[in-house]
Amino acid sequence: MGRPDRAAPAIELKGISKSFGPVQANKDISIRVMPGTIHGIIGENGAGKSTLMSILYGFYKADAGEIFIAGRKTAIPDSQAAIAAGIGMVFQHFKLVENFTVLENVVLGAESGAFLKPSLAKARELLTQLAAEYELNVDPDALIQDLGVGMQQRVEILKALYRQADILILDEPTGVLTPAEADHLFRILEGLRAQGKTIILITHKLREIMEVTDTVSVMRRGEMTATVKTAQTSPEQLAELMVGRKVLLQVDKTAATPKDTVLSVENLKVVDSKGVTRLKGVSLNVRAGEILGIAGVAGNGQSELLEVLGGIRAGTGRITLNGEEIDLTGDASDARTRRARGIAHVPEDRHREGLILDFHAWENVAFGYHHDPVYNNGLFMDNDALRRDTEAKIAKFDIRPANCWQTAKNFSGGNQQKIVIARELERNPDLLLVGQPTRGVDIGAIEFIHQQIVALRDAGKAVLLVSVELDEIMSLSDRIAVMFDGQIMGERLPSETNERELGLMMAGITDTARDVSVEEVAANLAKTDGATP
Amino acid sequence: MDLNTLIQILDSTIRLATPLLLACLAGLFSERAGVFDIGLEAKMLVAAFFSAAVAALTGSVWLGLLAGIAASLIFALIHGIASITFRGDQLISGVALNFLASGMTVLIARDWFNQGGRTPALIDGGRFQPVELPFAEALQGVPVLGPVYNELLSGHTILTYVAFAMVPLTWYILFRTRFGLRLRAVGENPAAVDTAGVSVVRLRYSAVLIAGVLCGIAGAYLATGLAAGFVKDMTAGRGFIALAALIFAKWRPWYAMGACLLFGLLDAIGNRYQSIELLGIAVPGQFMQALPYILTVVILAGFVGKAIPPRAGGAAYVKER
Repeated sequence: MGRPDRAAPAIELKGISKSFGPVQANKDISIRVMPGTIHGIIGENGAGKSTLMSILYGFYKADAGEIFIAGRKTAIPDSQAAIAAGIGMVFQHFKLVENFTVLENVVLGAESGAFLKPSLAKARELLTQLAAEYELNVDPDALIQDLGVGMQQRVEILKALYRQADILILDEPTGVLTPAEADHLFRILEGLRAQGKTIILITHKLREIMEVTDTVSVMRRGEMTATVKTAQTSPEQLAELMVGRKVLLQVDKTAATPKDTVLSVENLKVVDSKGVTRLKGVSLNVRAGEILGIAGVAGNGQSELLEVLGGIRAGTGRITLNGEEIDLTGDASDARTRRARGIAHVPEDRHREGLILDFHAWENVAFGYHHDPVYNNGLFMDNDALRRDTEAKIAKFDIRPANCWQTAKNFSGGNQQKIVIARELERNPDLLLVGQPTRGVDIGAIEFIHQQIVALRDAGKAVLLVSVELDEIMSLSDRIAVMFDGQIMGERLPSETNERELGLMMAGITDTARDVSVEEVAANLAKTDGATP
Repeated sequence: MDLNTLIQILDSTIRLATPLLLACLAGLFSERAGVFDIGLEAKMLVAAFFSAAVAALTGSVWLGLLAGIAASLIFALIHGIASITFRGDQLISGVALNFLASGMTVLIARDWFNQGGRTPALIDGGRFQPVELPFAEALQGVPVLGPVYNELLSGHTILTYVAFAMVPLTWYILFRTRFGLRLRAVGENPAAVDTAGVSVVRLRYSAVLIAGVLCGIAGAYLATGLAAGFVKDMTAGRGFIALAALIFAKWRPWYAMGACLLFGLLDAIGNRYQSIELLGIAVPGQFMQALPYILTVVILAGFVGKAIPPRAGGAAYVKER
């Protein structure tokens, strides 16, 4: 690659279309990305952002359209061609070999000869150079599995730079980062831009777009709906362009009026099957009419907390519900008993734990409650009753398409989540456990799901919310507890804290008044066992 | 036990470990690349048959070896097409090949040689002859060292030396070359290899074909080195024992050699002591011969510590967003 021609766009796509069967993922998309800029692409899940970038990286072949790189028409039949054209990609799910060193991962596929020693020596030299140039310090001899996600992401960026990428595509890069790490990433991106690199940032987070991009393109349902200068737009306008109607970005709720304690957890400990202690003595309580939000980087014990409370994992400690102790051992500790006692559970991973994807909507709507006499006719399931019940929930929760015979996997993420939420909320539980309620859910459905959770709270129920999205925790919770490495680092009121403070607590730093470096945050997170995606 | 007996047992250990080691290294290449291979047995068996058959027909053991490798490669290719190109289930493909080999060899043997599923006994040029290492005769008189060199190290067929030379070679290829790095990567995370612009399919085929060549040599050794001709099901589960050794060895070449020697030793002991008395109880010969298989069960049941297989093993690679 020579020096990019300043006048020509670094990347120009003309009329790109791509279909998967009957689904048109990209419709006649044209976009120009100017060199030396950070260009955001924003859109809801399923809007076609990832498909478009996969075409650009040679993962898929477009049905129609042309790609121009630095003004020259370029065919990209495979990833090798993309790399040769100077394109580097940082995927949402990292493509790293876990038990290889950083150095080995960087040279993989870009070795300088048949023997490893000279390749690795050369890479080590270049890596040191790149690290200094772009603030991308990583120990080249560390194993990937020992690094936290923030560090792993640096390795991905280094991989692209090592291959002399001029254009760097990042797909949802901040999903797994703490705020401090995300800020550091943005500084790195700005540094890359200053060196003349072109960056495409794919995200669904409006705040990031506003913070770091020069230009933003909005995608909706496979089409490019607008490209605007970031300075000349607003989050509200972008949200409207994404969804196609006005949306409420803030959760509309009144102050909570908490009453009696519903859930009380004392000194809860969990050791997993590998012998790793996941919960190291967690104590908390949730009162009727309030939402307790648990903030934390994924893998710091939040999942285990939900699982113990939901009855699908064993633990030790004392848990009471409405003053009555819950048996954590033996037969009484299963999910069915918990549900019978008024604990509803919206699990974190709806595909694995919330739904059976190959079953119809009406079959999914009763899981966990299928012993209820309402759904049974003596020995047999009363399928008509199930379907009537499903029809009612579809209407009430606006699940689309309104077809109780559709299999769960054919609903969009938002509608799948609505099926789970409908199932759990309609049982009128005393306590709602809800994990990642809006992961992979479009903005319109997020708004609706948040309203439902607040409505449950207003009806005097207790809600325990676990989310890795700090925005969601801050806007939905009445009280926030931060988890790190299996412990509660502290509790805060949303009105009296901010993202920075919570972000540092999420990295195990409670002394938040001082100046903390991103290296310290990353090092702390790497120490926890679960902090890999 | 005197030195002579000990040397004889160890000598026998090396002979019996040879086919296991070749098959184990074959499995190592294949599984390190993410393709599980329970068809080692099948490849060895067809190689044993075709090497013996061609050696019997032509009188040349070298043509026999080539035929054995070719037959094994064809089976490797079938496994590759089924499990890499068509993304089929690797276990099922392996099982199918095992059945195919077991039936096919006997059927063809009956048709060609009319000896109830055997090949004719191989003589002279039809078998691999022992190789005398230099000075073996001269050193014979030196105490301890002489017999060890002359009886134990010298006097094996060329294939045995090939098998043991493959151990450092495999280690070097795997851990010191570009091909090895990519091979290990494709068994751990094929998506990383794919996004780095390297063909997952080509790498996996290379690994499967290398496994084919090694199994071919193993099979040829069984029929034309260890024995003098092919008999029905002569691999006798060695493909599976090699897999157990591979797990025991945690997919590492030097450990694989150790594991195969251990199995070879048990086999040798079982062959030599048809029945022994332990603490006044007569241990039946059948038990002694079952020793390698008992160890296999113990290893597979996980009694020797946890072995972590290559992470992407057993699954076909499908591109995803």
